[in-house]
Amino acid sequence: MSRVLNHELIFNICPDRYVDLPTYCCHGGYTALKKVLEQAPETAIKEIEEAGLRGRGGAAFPTANKIKMVRSNPSDLRYIICNADEGEPGTFKDRFIMTHIPFQLLEGITIAAFLAGAGHGYIYIRHEYPEAQRIMRESIIEAQKSGLLGSNIMGSSYNFTLELFSGAGSYLCGEETALISSIEGKKGRPRLKPPYPTEAGLWNKPTLINNVETLSNIPKIIQNGAKWYRSLGTQDSPGTKLISLSGDVNRRGLYEVPFGISFNQIINKYGEGTKPGRAIKAVNIGGASGVLIPPDLLDTPLEYLACAKTGITIGSGAVFVLDDTRSILANVHNRLRFFLHESCGKCTPCREGLRQTNIIMDRLLSRKAVKTDIDTLTRYTRAIQDASFCGLGQAAGNSLHSSLMYYAEEYLAACQDNQLSHNKEVTA
Amino acid sequence: MHSIEIFINGKPATVAPSITILEAARQQGIELPSLCHHPDQRIKGNCRVCVVEVEGYKNLVPSCSTHVAPGMKITTNSPRVRDTVRTILELIFADHPQECLTCIRNGNCELRQIAAKFGVRDIQGEKTKPTFSMDMSTPALVRNPDKCIKCGRCAEACHHIQEVGILYTHNRSTDICITPEYGKQLNAVACVLCGQCALVCPVGAIHEKDDTDRVWEALSDSGKHVIVQVAPSVRVSLAEEFGLPSGEIATGKMVSALRHLGFDKVFDTDFSADLTIIEEGNELLQRIKHNGVLPMLTSCSPGWINYAEHYYPEVLPHISSCKSPQQMFGALAKTYYPQKYAINPADIFVVSVMPCTAKKFEAQRAEMTASGYQDVDVVLTTRELARMLRHEGVDFSKLPETDFDTPLGISTGAAAVFGATGGVMEAALRTVYEVATGNTLNDLEFTSLRGMKGFKTAEIDLAGRKVKVGIAHGLANAKKVMEMIKNGEGSDYTFIEIMCCPGGCIGGGGQPYGTTDVVRKARIASLYSVDLTMPLRKSHENPGIKKLYEEFLYEPLGEVSHHLLHTVYTNRQQTHEQS
Repeated sequence: MSRVLNHELIFNICPDRYVDLPTYCCHGGYTALKKVLEQAPETAIKEIEEAGLRGRGGAAFPTANKIKMVRSNPSDLRYIICNADEGEPGTFKDRFIMTHIPFQLLEGITIAAFLAGAGHGYIYIRHEYPEAQRIMRESIIEAQKSGLLGSNIMGSSYNFTLELFSGAGSYLCGEETALISSIEGKKGRPRLKPPYPTEAGLWNKPTLINNVETLSNIPKIIQNGAKWYRSLGTQDSPGTKLISLSGDVNRRGLYEVPFGISFNQIINKYGEGTKPGRAIKAVNIGGASGVLIPPDLLDTPLEYLACAKTGITIGSGAVFVLDDTRSILANVHNRLRFFLHESCGKCTPCREGLRQTNIIMDRLLSRKAVKTDIDTLTRYTRAIQDASFCGLGQAAGNSLHSSLMYYAEEYLAACQDNQLSHNKEVTA
Repeated sequence: MHSIEIFINGKPATVAPSITILEAARQQGIELPSLCHHPDQRIKGNCRVCVVEVEGYKNLVPSCSTHVAPGMKITTNSPRVRDTVRTILELIFADHPQECLTCIRNGNCELRQIAAKFGVRDIQGEKTKPTFSMDMSTPALVRNPDKCIKCGRCAEACHHIQEVGILYTHNRSTDICITPEYGKQLNAVACVLCGQCALVCPVGAIHEKDDTDRVWEALSDSGKHVIVQVAPSVRVSLAEEFGLPSGEIATGKMVSALRHLGFDKVFDTDFSADLTIIEEGNELLQRIKHNGVLPMLTSCSPGWINYAEHYYPEVLPHISSCKSPQQMFGALAKTYYPQKYAINPADIFVVSVMPCTAKKFEAQRAEMTASGYQDVDVVLTTRELARMLRHEGVDFSKLPETDFDTPLGISTGAAAVFGATGGVMEAALRTVYEVATGNTLNDLEFTSLRGMKGFKTAEIDLAGRKVKVGIAHGLANAKKVMEMIKNGEGSDYTFIEIMCCPGGCIGGGGQPYGTTDVVRKARIASLYSVDLTMPLRKSHENPGIKKLYEEFLYEPLGEVSHHLLHTVYTNRQQTHEQS
């Protein structure tokens, strides 16, 4: 599925080959950890802060701040969790990192754990990813044998143990508090925030939770410095982003791109455009919970600020292209069905809102809807976005909301009373 | 702590820094809607009907779980808030049977009240058809999961207030439901039937089994001599059902109301509460004297008995063999009473009005037939009695105050305080002290035994012997006591009172909806003031009881007492573990 990581950037690894520990070390692997263990932790935290690294899981929270929050908590125990649940449909970056460059992730986790003052950590991987689980499990053992995990790491006084946690596979467990509940053996449902995991996370102890891609950035930042990191990407969004490109493009795959590049460039340069004679109808950015945008917004640069202004959520970095043969409604309905299935059911807007929006989408697609259904759909979407308990519920209506904004005519055209009133107007 | 200034709907307000927006708004006289929120429970944030707008926040925020911050600008009445709350209510209704006219909660359903306030007029959503089955498996509670709005209050009461934890949230998405494990029925799990879930349910998803029709039927049967007994706590809670303030003492009006309904005799469970004290007090003294199993635990609360039988069978020998006042009354009502007044006991129909749902279960236990009949025929909760009175068209406020009938209506202040946590202990000590020491007890108020603290202790000097007593209410506290006894740490206690429900009977699962800790405290205060107004305040001074012993029982713990007033308990741990 993944074609190529064709940059010598953060993930400067041969794309089709698994990188073992000796090879990783030959490419400078574990020099960052060594460096960090020899310095005051504040130095490395400052480096990450100056690099401007933000969470790559979707929320884009400044990573250094999170580390500092956990570190400054005077608790006897602190934890780190690597969120490798990757439930966002259309996103396959974390799996790639785990199955190809597992030691870069392990090094990142170990550095982050050291900086946060965590002595124990978990990698949370869903059971549907047996290959990723196997490789990470074996890599953890190998790192332990090589003194890169466990007691007195690299001859220092730092002790850190890491274990793999196999999740049952629920989209919601990507939400950090739901993920914590899942590790604790409870149902994977989100908890109230505050307290945030940085204050009271796993077993009520301060916990650093970061995504696979985020943590894998850390060794490179330490190794090459914040200045180098900032030379990639833009002032607002330094570094690179892994883009999971799929849908109606000629070259689907995983690409590492510097921030600042436009979506058009991603689709045309990396994806080599659409099939001959086909035009882009819409692009879904950020996975199922992302938005659907029309082609005229594709010049927007991949940058947090610019995207926020346009209403685009970069999310986990999925880019899914729909050409003019696709039905917007069918596509949105697919996403809504997915969210209805994955909703934890805890709060009313997400559970009942998704149930009802799915019913209306069913009616629209079977040409049984009327125009007032669109008003109801709009109202329900707003409640889902505005009042759901967790970020995932709030994002569940994004594609619906954006498609109602940009593709209203398709919705209207699907209503059975639309043609009638149109005819009347013509006659009059 | 310093107070902070916030703005609600443009108006400045000075509030404590630690409170939620919901609390702050209510302090300013703005009643925000809420369904999953309950003042005595942890915050859940499930229903989302309490959302408000806060300047600087992208989304609406739930007021129940968001704390105020200095300078926070809150809007509770914007079109955005109103539309969203209405939409959420509409979404709840779309997945609800909407059987409001025939629902047991017709008139006091929180969902309906909020919908009315918000002017929900139309449900655009398509009505979905839940397909859960009704749970009618117990004599105490009925579950109708179709009406459940998944607010989680019942499970919260079950897990965190009572720590029994038999109600769970199962599945996800629209399959979510709150049921006992694996969707079993209540009788297949170790439910203690305390009804705290029913008390906090905002809608008609879980409620007491309605036995009012059986009482109407008995009342209209001319061949039946229908008598009623009323538990001590009902007199300070019934008036709430008729719009009067929490804790309003309505003893006289309640008696009149019961006469109005057509009961042949209106008696008082307080009478048999006094009797319980005599029997239980003597049992305690006997255990002390003969090195019996100590600490002795009280046995009045049927929810607590269920709990012990299911979860702590090893402590059953600690529990007093005395039946509860309800059952002592029932046994006498079909033996002593008919014998004294030449009535055929087969014609007597005994109705109890209790604050409790577990009493319904207790009344039909196989061992509660010592009189030769089912000792108590029907148990009504406070809510059911109110329903009957409304049905009858009784204007509660206009009723005259009348007295209970004799002899089973004569009681003391000691019996009245039975309804509050610590009351049984206080009543017992008033008698045990005098019986044990032979001295008159002048200072009757054992104030250290009062209040809502989870576990209270005191030490009393009984004729040179220091006796340590303890009081627990709510099963979460009972659990701690049980662990204490199991670990051997309970050995310095002689007597421990345990009540299943928080606050004791005044907080029972059959009490009026809207029972909170604030309400519980008001009811408790009223019971203590009832005690103060009683001419007799010690159980052993009750002339009715004295006569009962003279004419019928002869002596405490005697043969007749043993047969009619004492019972045995069953280890039921296996039952639910195997089911």
